[in-house]
Amino acid sequence: MTYVLEPSQPLFAVALAPLVVGFVHWLKARMQNRTGAPPWQPYFELLKLLRKEVVVSKQASWLFRCVPYIVFASTVAVTFLVPFLFVPQRFDSVGDLLAVVYLLLLGTFFLALAGLDPGTAFGGMGSSREMTVAAIAEPTIAVAIFSLALGAGSTNLGRIVRQALADPTTAISPGHLLAFAALFIVALAETGRLPVDNPATHLELTMIHEAMILEYSGRHLALIEWAASLKFMIFLSLLANLFVPWGVATDFTPTALAAAVIALLLKLGLLAVLIAALETRVAKLRLFRVPELLGVSFVLALLAVTSSFLLR
Amino acid sequence: MLLSKIIRTGVVTEPLNSDAVTPVELARETRLEIRRHLGRALAIREVDAGSCNGCEIEISGLTSPVYDSERFGIHFVASPRHADMLLVTGPVTRNMEVPLLKTYEATPAPKLVVAVGDCAKDCGVFKGSYAVVGSVADVIPVDVFVTGCPPEPAEILHGILAALGRSPQKK
Amino acid sequence: MKTLFLAMCAAYGLGAIAALVGGRNSLGRGLVALGAIAGAGVGLALGALVIATGIPFVLSVSELLPLGGGLALRLDSLGAFFLVVIGIGAIPAALYGAGYTAAYENGGVSVRLLGAMFNLFLLAMSFVTLADNVLTFLLMWEGMSLTSYFLVMTEAGEERTRNAGLWYISMTHAGLVMLVAAFLLFTAGAGSGAFADLRASAALVTANVRDTIFVLAFLGFGSKAGIVPLHVWLPRAHPAAPSHVSALMSGVMIKMGVYGLLRVALDLLGGGPAWWGGLVLGVGVVSALLGVLYALMEHDLKRLLAFHSVENIGIILIGIGAGLMFHHYGLMPLAALGFIGGLYHVLNHATFKGLLFLGAGSVLHATHTRNMEEMGGLIKRMPWTALFFLIGAAAISALPPLNGFASEWLVFQSLLAGVNIPVPEVAVLMPLAVGLLALTSGLAAACFVKAFGITFLALPRSAEAAHAHESPLSMQFGMGLLALACIGLGIAPFAIVPVLGRILAGVGGLPDAGAEFTLNVSLQTPSGFGQMSPTLIACGLLLLIGLVLSALWLFRLNRQMRLSDSWGCGRVGQTARMEYTATAFAEPLRRVFAEIYRPMKELTVDFHPGSKYFVQSIEYRSEITPWFDQSLYRPFLQSAAFVALQVRRLQAGSLHLYLLYIAVVLTVLLVVARWS
Repeated sequence: MTYVLEPSQPLFAVALAPLVVGFVHWLKARMQNRTGAPPWQPYFELLKLLRKEVVVSKQASWLFRCVPYIVFASTVAVTFLVPFLFVPQRFDSVGDLLAVVYLLLLGTFFLALAGLDPGTAFGGMGSSREMTVAAIAEPTIAVAIFSLALGAGSTNLGRIVRQALADPTTAISPGHLLAFAALFIVALAETGRLPVDNPATHLELTMIHEAMILEYSGRHLALIEWAASLKFMIFLSLLANLFVPWGVATDFTPTALAAAVIALLLKLGLLAVLIAALETRVAKLRLFRVPELLGVSFVLALLAVTSSFLLR
Repeated sequence: MLLSKIIRTGVVTEPLNSDAVTPVELARETRLEIRRHLGRALAIREVDAGSCNGCEIEISGLTSPVYDSERFGIHFVASPRHADMLLVTGPVTRNMEVPLLKTYEATPAPKLVVAVGDCAKDCGVFKGSYAVVGSVADVIPVDVFVTGCPPEPAEILHGILAALGRSPQKK
Repeated sequence: MKTLFLAMCAAYGLGAIAALVGGRNSLGRGLVALGAIAGAGVGLALGALVIATGIPFVLSVSELLPLGGGLALRLDSLGAFFLVVIGIGAIPAALYGAGYTAAYENGGVSVRLLGAMFNLFLLAMSFVTLADNVLTFLLMWEGMSLTSYFLVMTEAGEERTRNAGLWYISMTHAGLVMLVAAFLLFTAGAGSGAFADLRASAALVTANVRDTIFVLAFLGFGSKAGIVPLHVWLPRAHPAAPSHVSALMSGVMIKMGVYGLLRVALDLLGGGPAWWGGLVLGVGVVSALLGVLYALMEHDLKRLLAFHSVENIGIILIGIGAGLMFHHYGLMPLAALGFIGGLYHVLNHATFKGLLFLGAGSVLHATHTRNMEEMGGLIKRMPWTALFFLIGAAAISALPPLNGFASEWLVFQSLLAGVNIPVPEVAVLMPLAVGLLALTSGLAAACFVKAFGITFLALPRSAEAAHAHESPLSMQFGMGLLALACIGLGIAPFAIVPVLGRILAGVGGLPDAGAEFTLNVSLQTPSGFGQMSPTLIACGLLLLIGLVLSALWLFRLNRQMRLSDSWGCGRVGQTARMEYTATAFAEPLRRVFAEIYRPMKELTVDFHPGSKYFVQSIEYRSEITPWFDQSLYRPFLQSAAFVALQVRRLQAGSLHLYLLYIAVVLTVLLVVARWS
């Protein structure tokens, strides 16, 4: 039974990810008093891109053509480790939170190289900015992991979730709340949302993520976009299920699984509303103010660990 | 406060009126296959081939809450690599001839071209000028012309949808 | 074992002799490489045998040196591990060197000296791991330093090289002074220089003396390892040396500093108070962070790699420092975790940094420049070098499933396990170390995107880069071996970590921690704190890429591909001047860390004499402040020069004055002798 169910969880995540992005998009449209595209619009986009021709720059090398597959595969690999609906049992020992972070960094690394490959100024600019933001976001993630691991006695996602389920009071401890805030800021930076990067911009000079992928087209672009939406979903699910694990199924009964699906959708929906409201409210920060924001998140994470220590 | 204002205002998008006579000319019938591929999701790259920017002002209205092109799955992108349709305005000037060709070449197939404004169709008041090469159709194959100086956003939307073979009622 | 040992010495010796006798031709170079490869291979076998059997190899030739216990050799498993590291680093480097030195065939460079010193350097380094008394150790240490000095000075015709050699020899001898002082203090208590006696007497030495010995040894070994602020010689010496020598010096030789530290602090002294570990950990964190920050600003490919060596030594020391701390608090399995993380990173750094230096050498070989701003597009002209360099770059950036990830994961885990330290004040500092280590690895990834992206991708920025050619087969083969090692060490930590645990068993009272690690495919830390399997991650990644490709194929989606110009907003033509440069790539980080870099900017604009609205030329210069050179070394060097100048007055050239000196000194000595 577990052999059938466990691989279905990543499949579920991969299938659901475009909807999450589309939902945020739709919410934002509504907050701008527009009708907007339906939440399932990203599926049409992906389908369209998959059917289109690929145009590759003459100046680019073989690396440029490999990168979309590496980025997509590394992001999908992460979904095997993340408890979306239930705690992975077979896959839990394959990787912990650090492995998750570094697998995502693998994708970023190669995407940044692909940005440099065609030799355009915009691509290089995007790569440079993306790596800057990724590097500065790293310490916060690590310390937030530390604070989570401190409570659970493990960096493995399964252990963290099970520990939090067994002892619900940890979810509302100050350390947990601070770590949540820190990780939320980092999630915005890592997934290219406002106020760090504007996903809706058309102006190359203000881009970060988008500038790197200006050269991609067709199925390559589809894979990269899909991976980006998956990364967004992974971060939201981590925020939802590591800090508020209620609803995550611990056994494979149909009722528990159904409850898990509903709980996940509810939690993702809440976070989506939060992000949409935030993106309607705030403007994009200047690139050189981003380190200050991430510095704040690092301090929050440090405070989280310290308070976990003191209240242990 | 902002949120309460948003809620009080509500959705302001106007339905696209299909009764009015729209100045849309189909230069050639788009293939069914293209319609099927691009019908529900369309990415547009705007190319100003030498326009007076009147058309640009109208085009920027497409993304406003009132006209909201996104409800049809139409959105603007920064790179022709991501685009399915080029929205070309203005008479093609000598300096913009090569860039326009390059943009067309950079766009992956299947692709559509919609020429917006009188100038794009027959060079308008700039006809015969030394600086003008010709209309958009002289440089790249055009699927739909939207006439007007400048055409209204609703008319441009009609033109785009006509290229896709979609009727405006079906949202 | 004795046969193996003698074979190793013979191979290196013959290699050195062949270099002196043989010519500059390919035969001579081949023999040099053959001697080094054979010696390193046999050394590797010897080390592996000692590790596998657990029986140390002992050889004492006390007659050879009639003082200080003579030549005493003993290879225990800790030394054997480092001997293996030498072998892993030296075989590809020697193979590579056979092709690389061809460029010196008709230059003003002594290929004979280079070949002989290369073999002797390897021999001396191997003997360092074997030394079993103070005299042997210091002699071999000095031998290693001197031979490597000659290797650095290969291209002595250049001013830069001579300058680098001077820095190197000064720093390494400053370190030697510290080491001699430390060992003299130590032997004074023990009465003998044999390591066994030192180990036995360590408990009797008073705490103050122990602390002094530790600090002196840490500084001495640190100057070799390249800890901040003693790292100044690395970015000078590594670019000056031939690339296969840089690979060895950076990949292997600086690890001897780590070996010495472990030998003295853990083995001979048997561990110490918590602040020892704290000091090592703190210096490690600072070295790691500053190393990578300075590397980011470097556009000389080999200097960039040299700064990354400082960073990686920092990461190694973080693991060892954490280990020393746990050792003090009696948390033995966790201490083993820290040391294993450090040692694993030693091994991994030898492979990927060796690989990167060899790759940089191939680039230098092909383009005759080290300046990244003049490179670009090499991936099309040197595809194999590019692939190998990419593997090295991904490994050093700690990307799964390559080897850098496995060891950095262990170092991270050992820091996370810091929560088990019973003193909250100490434990609270651990998260800060975790954060800074994470920042380091993030910046390293950014730096290698720059190093690979600017060097190998896009369009060539100079005529040399445009006409670059792939390096000869022997060089490709050397790099290929190391690339395979990077992959192999990355996906098989479950096999390597227990061996490392066994190596450490018994050193400084550590238990055999290999047993604490589960031996299935997943790697689990002793406390059960974390579990991870790079093997399965690698399989999963490959499987997923295959799945995606076959899914795309299966659904018969559009498979058309068309080549076109890069999208440059419609402009005509694309030149390399439109590309992002290395300086531009690092600019955001330079602004973020401006407090550390203190960049200086200089803008000169030449206007047209007729009107200031027409600019004729713009010159922009920006440099970062070399902080350590300026505030630490320059005052020291200036005062040394000043003192030397004052002392010179004594040497007036007058015989009468010298006679007076003798008379005065004699009188003083007599007076002192009378009263004491």
